[in-house]
Parts: sequence; C-alpha cells; structure tokens
Amino acid sequence: MRLLTHNMLTCNIKGVTKGFPLSIEVQKLETKETDFNPDFLKNIFPKLEWKAFHDAALSVGLNDIPEQVDPVMLEDSEFLQKFHHALLEVHLEEGALICPETGRRFPVSKGVPNMLLHEDEV
Amino acid sequence: MALRPERQAPPEVFYNEREARKYTTSSRIVEIQAKLTERALELLALPEDGVPRLLLDIGCGSGLSGETLTENGHHWIGMDISDSMIDIALEREVDGDLLISDIGQGLGFRPGSLDGAISISAVQWLCNADKSCNDPRARLKAFFSSLYKCLARGARAVLQIYPENSQQLEMISTAAMRVGFSGGLVVDYPHSSRAKKYFLCLLCGPPSVNSVLPKAIGEDGGSDSDDDSDEEENGTVDVSERQRPAKRPKNGKKIKGKAWLLKKKEQRRNKGVPNVPRDTKYTGRKRKARF
Repeated sequence: MRLLTHNMLTCNIKGVTKGFPLSIEVQKLETKETDFNPDFLKNIFPKLEWKAFHDAALSVGLNDIPEQVDPVMLEDSEFLQKFHHALLEVHLEEGALICPETGRRFPVSKGVPNMLLHEDEV
Repeated sequence: MALRPERQAPPEVFYNEREARKYTTSSRIVEIQAKLTERALELLALPEDGVPRLLLDIGCGSGLSGETLTENGHHWIGMDISDSMIDIALEREVDGDLLISDIGQGLGFRPGSLDGAISISAVQWLCNADKSCNDPRARLKAFFSSLYKCLARGARAVLQIYPENSQQLEMISTAAMRVGFSGGLVVDYPHSSRAKKYFLCLLCGPPSVNSVLPKAIGEDGGSDSDDDSDEEENGTVDVSERQRPAKRPKNGKKIKGKAWLLKKKEQRRNKGVPNVPRDTKYTGRKRKARF
C-alpha cells in the first residue's frame, strides 16, 4: 500500500466521525520504482491532506517532506522528486493501520490492508 | 448450464483459490473483462488531457480490469472481498493498491478524494442476503451513499452489472438515485439477448451540460439479424445463457425416424447379426395404446 492510498483511507466503523488519518504501524517496507509524472502530482496535490501525508511519511522514515507546503513549490523539481518518492514509491508491506478514534487495528499483510469490519461494527 | 455464481455462495466463499485461478486463466474472461473495462473507461468520460487520474476499481478481483486502467496510464485503488482473488492479483503484480473490503459495508475513503470509479460485474452481488445480518437494501444504500461521498464533484462512476432480473436492476438503480446520483442506465446491444450489457453511469453532483448520458453501442440496426455473429464480433458474455436450463429435446419432434431404423437394420444384417426382424409396413410405427 502506498501513502497515496493511505491518504484517502478512513476508518469506516459505524459511529466513528473522524476516522482519519489512520496511524501506521510499520513492520516491513518496500520501495518500487514508478514512472515520474509531474502532471499527476500537480493534479493530486489539492486533494491530499498534507498534514496526514507529512505524518505518514515520518512514520515510514521519510523526513524530507516539509510540514508546510505552498503550491509554488510544485514548480521545484527537487521537491517533486521527493514528493513522488514518498507518495508513490514507498509501499507498506507488513504492519497495520490504526483508527485514531477507536484504536481498531486493520492488519496489512503482503501490502494489502484488510478493511473488513465485524458484524457489530457495521 | 450452471446457476449464476451469485446464487451459489457469497462472493468471499465462491471465489476460493480454485475459482479465482480459473477465472484469471480463462483467456475468454480475460478478454471480456478488458473490453468491458475499456468501455467503462469510455463511459467515464475523463478529460482528455493525458493527466493520470486516481480511480477506484470496485470488486477488482484479480486485477484484470485494473490492468486496463494501468495501460491507460491511471493510478487506481482496487477493492475486493475475496482474499483468494487478491492473492492472484498480487501474484500478477498489478500496479494498483489493493484492499480487502466489503463494499456493502460502505467505502472508507475521504470525501471527494477520487476522480472516478469503475466496477465490472460486481455490484449485483450486493443484492444477495447471504447472512441474516445482510439486508440487500441497507447494503446497497451504504455502498452508494459512501460512493457518492468519496467521489470528487462532477466525477462519474460506471458500474457494469449482470442483473438477474428487472426487479434487481430497478433495486440497484433506485438505490443509486436515492442517495443523490444523477445519470442512468446505458444498455449496449439492447436487441441482442447474448451481447446485452448494462452500464449504470452515475454522475456526482447536480446535472450539467456535460452530464448527458453517452449513447449505447448497437442500439439501432442489425442486431436482430443474428445473435451468434453479434456475439462473436463483440466477444462478450451473456446474462441469459447463465440462467438457461439444461438442454431438453424439443417436444413432438422425433429424433430417430423410420429411415434411421431401416438403415440400422440393414447395417446389422450386413454384419451378420442373426434374427434381425424383417422390414414391413409396420416398421418404425408406434404401438397402439392398448398395449
């Protein structure tokens, strides 16, 4: 799972009002190279919750993502490269996602989070 | 012909390891899935500026449809309830991110986060009540309302479905309209019972100039000529065949007539079989009822 997906995922348990952002518990990470496409990054940028992205990047050990961003920075190719790497190339292979409100653990195995809910959580 | 898969078991049970592998190794299914995805992408009507989008693949299975999305340069997130299907997708090293999730429990995405959604042959599974806690209407509502929320304004969702009957089709589309979607059903090849395909095209947000429904393929002309050739051209699966009962000989039509009987007797005589009855005017006639 990439941080792109993490930035979109929320906890879906009934009654949870703010199931975002899910905190990341890392056991294993993997890096897979992806084609660099600045247009996609510019397009997805306004949709991202930057703070959540910054925190998620920190929890997977990337500390070169600035806490504050300005759309002007999207013209800077060095920043774009870092952004691209953190957003699309780092995969969480093993670990878990944890709901900030209920503390429910969604296990991640082989890069796939299991978001299935129990009957009483629907 | 087998029952519809929806009638046999819940999706997470039906698509076990064996079924998942069968599904993905059948070149026919692979081809059909690719074509359906191409068509769904066309109906999605994303702006043609070459910018990759973030799409959702609902019921992605082994990632067959996702592969077509990747070929078109898009990023995608796939979700499916069957972990065997997901395992195959992992083996095939698809490019999208995968989630194990039940769409009937709602989609857990941030509001407005996705540029579009497609689904190939998945949503009709929601109409099944597999467990006592599963109410199809509630599950459809949870699915559509969360889908509406997570799509960006003006984004579309194209859901290709195999409805079992017209009530089911109506149940699905009413559930979609009730949560605020506009749009409607596009039926490709409506006159052909075999190649007919239902695409539910949903538009997020108020109707606008861009929200005219796309035209269906094969709506006019030629479709009642020959269904079989129609199917070959389009290479599509059909809904009706899945429901068709086992073949039965047609009533009132004799399969083996007098000519066949005479030929067989002749053959036996030539072979030297003893006591072959002689040919008379009664040969091959039905006995009277008094027997």
